[in-house]
Amino acid sequence: MKYFALLRAGLLRRKGRTLLTLLSIVAAFVLFGFLDGVRTVFQHGADNAAVDRLVIGSRLSLIQPLPLAHKARIEQVDGVVEVAYSNWFGGIYQDRKNFFPNIAISPEYFDLYPELVIPEDQKKAFLATRTAAIAGRKLAERFGWKTGDRIPLQATIWPHKTLGNTWTFDLVGIMHGTDEDDQRFTNELVFRYDYFDEGRTTGQGTAGWYVVKISDPARAAQIASAIDALFRNSDAETKTQSEKEFNLSFAKQFGDIGLIVSAIMGAVFFTLLLLTGNTMSQGVRERIPELAVLKTLGFPDRLVMGLVLAEALLLLTGGGVLGLALAAAGLPAASRHFGGQIPPLAVSGESWIVGVAIMLLLGLFVGLPPAWRAHRLSIVDALAGH
Amino acid sequence: MVRLAGVKKNYQRGRQTVEVLHGIDLDIASGEFVALMGPSGSGKTTLLNLIGGLDTPTAGTIEVAGRRLERLTSAALAGWRAANIGFVFQFYNLLPVLPAWRNVELPLLLTSLSAATRRRNALIALELVGLAARAEHRPRELSGGEEQRVAIARALVSDPKLLVCDEPTGDLDRHTAEEVLGLLQTLNREHGKTIVMVTHDPKAADYAGRRVMLDKGTLVAAGA
Ligand SMILES: Nc1ncnc2c1ncn2[C@@H]1O[C@H](COP(=O)(O)OP(=O)(O)OP(=O)(O)O)[C@@H](O)[C@H]1O
Ligand SMILES: [Mg+2]
Repeated sequence: MKYFALLRAGLLRRKGRTLLTLLSIVAAFVLFGFLDGVRTVFQHGADNAAVDRLVIGSRLSLIQPLPLAHKARIEQVDGVVEVAYSNWFGGIYQDRKNFFPNIAISPEYFDLYPELVIPEDQKKAFLATRTAAIAGRKLAERFGWKTGDRIPLQATIWPHKTLGNTWTFDLVGIMHGTDEDDQRFTNELVFRYDYFDEGRTTGQGTAGWYVVKISDPARAAQIASAIDALFRNSDAETKTQSEKEFNLSFAKQFGDIGLIVSAIMGAVFFTLLLLTGNTMSQGVRERIPELAVLKTLGFPDRLVMGLVLAEALLLLTGGGVLGLALAAAGLPAASRHFGGQIPPLAVSGESWIVGVAIMLLLGLFVGLPPAWRAHRLSIVDALAGH
Repeated sequence: MVRLAGVKKNYQRGRQTVEVLHGIDLDIASGEFVALMGPSGSGKTTLLNLIGGLDTPTAGTIEVAGRRLERLTSAALAGWRAANIGFVFQFYNLLPVLPAWRNVELPLLLTSLSAATRRRNALIALELVGLAARAEHRPRELSGGEEQRVAIARALVSDPKLLVCDEPTGDLDRHTAEEVLGLLQTLNREHGKTIVMVTHDPKAADYAGRRVMLDKGTLVAAGA
């Protein structure tokens, strides 16, 4: 690229200013990389959802329990194959920072989640031991747990009738997911619903939510309305959703991540647009005599315009790629800091594509006005200092 | 080499149209070194810009290096300038971030020459103006006279037939000016370059073979 020396000369003319602009571009794209990584993770749960599972919660709110008596009636609905139920326990292991999901499950859970992998003998041990628990592989590695260990959890929502705040579980197995990327099963702890339900001081005879396996994904909507119809006008109305909808609405409890990310990045990129736009047009204004000289030497208008535009694109893509690369390098460390509370963050291929598109778009927005000005620049006027 | 007939140039000043050149007829033969003189505001730069193809006349015909310029588009003029004209200005107009040889190389970027050939030709042009040793220096590290010689090397590098200089010594002290003028004279005598040079300075005009006087947009006297 024979014009590279010229481009570099344009950018290096004011090293300090270019560096500052570059830094703000880098910073904006580091932020973009991080936020888009978080957004991707929240959407990941929804993307990984199975199509043959429905989740039933209370129509009122996600945290409103449903009677266990619903189970038998749900099983009667045409198209329902099997029904499991669970409850969020929210226990703490040693320290609040050690957060991981811990959930009470009914025995059908294993049938409903074929992607949950566990040795057959460990599953048997679970079904045979009231106080049994199964830990995800990563979780067990993180805390050095082995089968046979007794694991104490501090209750946050559900104190035990006689034991007070400390529940104790016997670890009988280690599970993982069929898909190694699927963090769900490798990072959670599950234990028996009957032990949980009898031990807790309130809420006996209720479930946090039901999970239903259906015979035909194509009939999902119909089956869901049939289930909800069963309990309409009762004390405990239900809201049945596909697993994907449920995961999305679960994520929405934390706010609409996609919207928040877009709003923040919109503001950041708008600021960047003003900042680099200003830098670029200032830079071109200062170089009017130089650009006029290039034209005098026979550089066509379009070439001079292209050089200015290329400068803007180079600045934006250079800073942007650097920023995204830094985010990609930093995200694993950031995930570790969260200690498994969220799945590993990464800059996805999709983030790269969107990111590069934004860089090019910003480059055009920022570069076109001064480039056009350079195109129209009259040699005679510029040389005369008009 | 240069033939102007009935050349007029108008400028728009606000709502007013001002005629700056009132029908110039001028012939310059190949190999001439012409000094264009006249009071400030008489239209010297305007005339020079027309000859160099930087601007187009309002009326009249301009033929330079065998080409009629008055009807060329700006893109065509740009290509024509690159091939035929070397420019030297009062304020050198070098790009400050580029080393001397990169400045000299600039016109060659428009050719299909290889990078190595471009660099070699740039160094040859610098050698011609006696600055080969300063090839890697930036304009800031050069004296005014040296900067002007780099600008002359840049004007020469694509081997144009005509050099157009607007007060090339206007910003230099007497001694340095004489060096630069001597260089232009050498280029004219030994390398056969046709030169049109605007100057205020009668001593500078002595280096030229002919003087052309402009006053209020009209050629008043031409003599040796
Ligand atoms: N782009 C322009 N727009 C309007 N008027 C112009 C423009 N360029 C030159 N003029 C006017 O045309 C006249 C001639 O200008 P020109 O620059 O050719 O004079 P000059 O002889 O080169 O003067 P100087 O010796 O000061 O450089 C002046 O009155 C000037 O104000
Ligand atoms: Mg002038």
